[in-house]
Amino acid sequence: MRKIWDIHGGVHPPQNKTQSLQDSLKDAPLPSLVVLPLSMHVGAPAIPCVAVGDKVKRGQMVAEPSGGFSAAIHASISGEVIALEDRPISHPSGNPGRAIVIQGDGLDESVGLNPIEDYRQVQPADLVARVNEAGIAGLGGAGFPTHIKLKPISSVDTLIINGSECEPYITADHCLMREFPDQVIQGVQVLAYILGEPKQVLIGIEDNKPDAIEALKNAADGTQIEVVSIPTKYPSGGEKQLIQILTGLEVASGKLPANLGIMVQNPGTAVAVLDAVTKGQVLTSRITTIVGENIEQSGNYRVRIGTTLAELLPQLGLDVDKTHKMVLGGPMMGLAMPDLNTPVLKITNCVLVPSAAELPDPEPAQACIRCGSCAEVCPAQLLPQQLFWFAQAEDHHNLQNHNLFDCIECGACSYVCPSNIPLVQYYRASKGAIREADREHIASDRARRRFEVRNERIEREAQEREAKRAARMQAAKEKQAASRAVETDEDMVAAAMARVKAQSAQEANSSSNDQAIQIQRQSLQDRVESLQIKIKAVEPDIDIKPLESELANAKAQLQRFEDQNPVSEEEANQSPASKPETQDSASAAIERAKQKALLQGELSESEKLAQSLESLTKRISKAEDRVKMARLESTDTLEALENGLEKLLAKQSEAQARLTELQSEQKQEQKKEQEAE
Amino acid sequence: MTEFFLEHIVFIAVLTLTGLAILFGAILGAASVKFKVEGDPLVEQIDTLLPQTQCGQCGYPGCKPYATAIAEGKANINRCPPGGHSTIQSLADLLGVEAIPLDAEHGVEAEVKTVAYIHEDLCIGCTKCIQACPVDAILGAAKQMHTVIVSECTGCDLCVEPCPVDCIDMLPVEQTLSDWAWKLPPSTREVLGNMQAQDFIGSDRDHPS
Repeated sequence: MRKIWDIHGGVHPPQNKTQSLQDSLKDAPLPSLVVLPLSMHVGAPAIPCVAVGDKVKRGQMVAEPSGGFSAAIHASISGEVIALEDRPISHPSGNPGRAIVIQGDGLDESVGLNPIEDYRQVQPADLVARVNEAGIAGLGGAGFPTHIKLKPISSVDTLIINGSECEPYITADHCLMREFPDQVIQGVQVLAYILGEPKQVLIGIEDNKPDAIEALKNAADGTQIEVVSIPTKYPSGGEKQLIQILTGLEVASGKLPANLGIMVQNPGTAVAVLDAVTKGQVLTSRITTIVGENIEQSGNYRVRIGTTLAELLPQLGLDVDKTHKMVLGGPMMGLAMPDLNTPVLKITNCVLVPSAAELPDPEPAQACIRCGSCAEVCPAQLLPQQLFWFAQAEDHHNLQNHNLFDCIECGACSYVCPSNIPLVQYYRASKGAIREADREHIASDRARRRFEVRNERIEREAQEREAKRAARMQAAKEKQAASRAVETDEDMVAAAMARVKAQSAQEANSSSNDQAIQIQRQSLQDRVESLQIKIKAVEPDIDIKPLESELANAKAQLQRFEDQNPVSEEEANQSPASKPETQDSASAAIERAKQKALLQGELSESEKLAQSLESLTKRISKAEDRVKMARLESTDTLEALENGLEKLLAKQSEAQARLTELQSEQKQEQKKEQEAE
Repeated sequence: MTEFFLEHIVFIAVLTLTGLAILFGAILGAASVKFKVEGDPLVEQIDTLLPQTQCGQCGYPGCKPYATAIAEGKANINRCPPGGHSTIQSLADLLGVEAIPLDAEHGVEAEVKTVAYIHEDLCIGCTKCIQACPVDAILGAAKQMHTVIVSECTGCDLCVEPCPVDCIDMLPVEQTLSDWAWKLPPSTREVLGNMQAQDFIGSDRDHPS
């Protein structure tokens, strides 16, 4: 007799296992349509490799694994792919997800892989590849791709088969172990061979399944496999809990069983691996317990993966009118499904259709009375009541300090809570919020880095420009100096005389001269501007060449004038355009954002509308100018600009309409008030 | 000398304490030179709490300048609309001050996260949005269409205004199955608030016999 250990806490809910064990395993009727979600395993969704309209046979791959961490999906009936679209899938959110839909042809033709007669002649790595090809994902309920699990990070010295099936109502593994013990044992032997024959191979089964224990013990006679009976207690079937019961070892927080050299597999997975290896069968069906007072023929069925519950359940005598709720999984950890059109997945070990009396809606939650029952039953030895307070306060720091992520969401705490507090939902929500916060933190770190790098780059570019400018200036000076140096003495004398003359002349009429220059410049600028306006204003079909040449003339004159009478440095500095442009635009944008935010924060809807109308009008006038310019230059962006203008106009008229509507409403209200008075 | 000290013991104490004061002063002085912290560590701490959208709604050109302003006591902690209530709360925790409601002057907290989307068929390739983007999340070149790198976009809204053809929209981020998370159940107070007295008290009024 093997020594077994106890786990902390645990509960003993009513087992309700007999309802589904009256009959032996049956095949569910062949479905006429299957919905195969691309994501029914842990990891990346599979990538479809068929197109709508393709004919497929049972066992044909319809979606291949994307990258390493994924699993293949196969057609579970023969027929035609009729859609590749979002369908209700059995996701806790109730949201639809991408799925391949196959309409059956009723022939159920199948294809398979080549059977391997003696797997011991094949390398374990090739067998793992076969498991990958067969699309097997943990059938116990988590859906972890089996081919990944079979390539552990460290060598495995203990293989544990989890036959404890502790959740009430579910008997899928029980049924399999009772009726196909030889296959289970052979499947475990294949797994053991792939893992390099671990030192011990254990099958842990709760003692409420004596027939399964008996059958497996007989089948395992003479092999290295040891069948261990363990006391019935929920949740002894949790991976970490079963390891503790069978070996006394605890998986440390944040670590995996593989760190202890242990691997846990489900008996259903073992049989699926055996079928894939020795029969060449891929995973297209699974054993599912269909049970509840609203189902006439409760029992275990071999169901094609992707069968919709809307088709399956009525065939087994579902009373649709009395249906109160439908749960995928058991009553402790299962997910209530709002939509009957959801399919059976690789992980669906149970469909529970209880009557209202059997599984009533939970009572409204009341205040926590700090009784501590939840802490007594928690198999992970956490403090559920503390976690509950922290979850309510959204205190992520303390939640993590109290090891929220060690919670296995077994529901034992909610089960014993006298105040009916949905504790597990708090923990799930908090885990999601913490993961989300972590994601956001990573994103914000990246944004910060990008912002800093961008600022550095802008600064560097500005410096480079400055350096270039300085270099140019230096070069110009040198050139000037050089040209001066080659001037002859006569030239120098002439130049000096000219300078003196010019100086005296300037001194004589400096004030009047300055004024004259100003006036002349002004008139030239005016002329250029008026010409520009004229050119803009003329229709595009009129010849504008004379005008343009005139403009060019005027510009040239102005330029010449400017060259002769350079604007003094002080004036240049005063002009706003010489400020660094980046800083200016950034601060302007901030200013705008500030004003916008300020106004929007306080204004009523009509005022807001008026505001947006105003800004739209401004933008429209800007856009009109741009369009004009574009038309003039007949650039290729003209069309896009016109489109933009049209959009803006449409927006404006929309806003206008809304504004008038609001105003008329206001008027009507005023009228009413007056009438009332 | 010795006799003097023995007679006036208080001088021994005074001298000892003076000596100790000089010694510790020297140690502290040396430590402050040797272990000098460059920059203000508080600024870094505040900066990590800010959402890094670099949107400038607080009135500072980026998150770091705002963090500096908070650390220097020049700005209140309630000027960051993208961070919203939770950022104010964590800033209040860090600085040991009272959490205050968001200052409406700087905008309102967005209900859904948005990212910029460029209608590529309308884009004329003017690069104005690229210059406006504080985190270089827009890709493109002059006269080539631009596009937003969605994973890098902080949703700051600064690129919408400069676009001459109005082809940038802020779209809400769609939730996928992989980033879906459970919601917290309604609190006890909310549940009880919706109930009437007769929900608590047994009554035969509904079943007159």
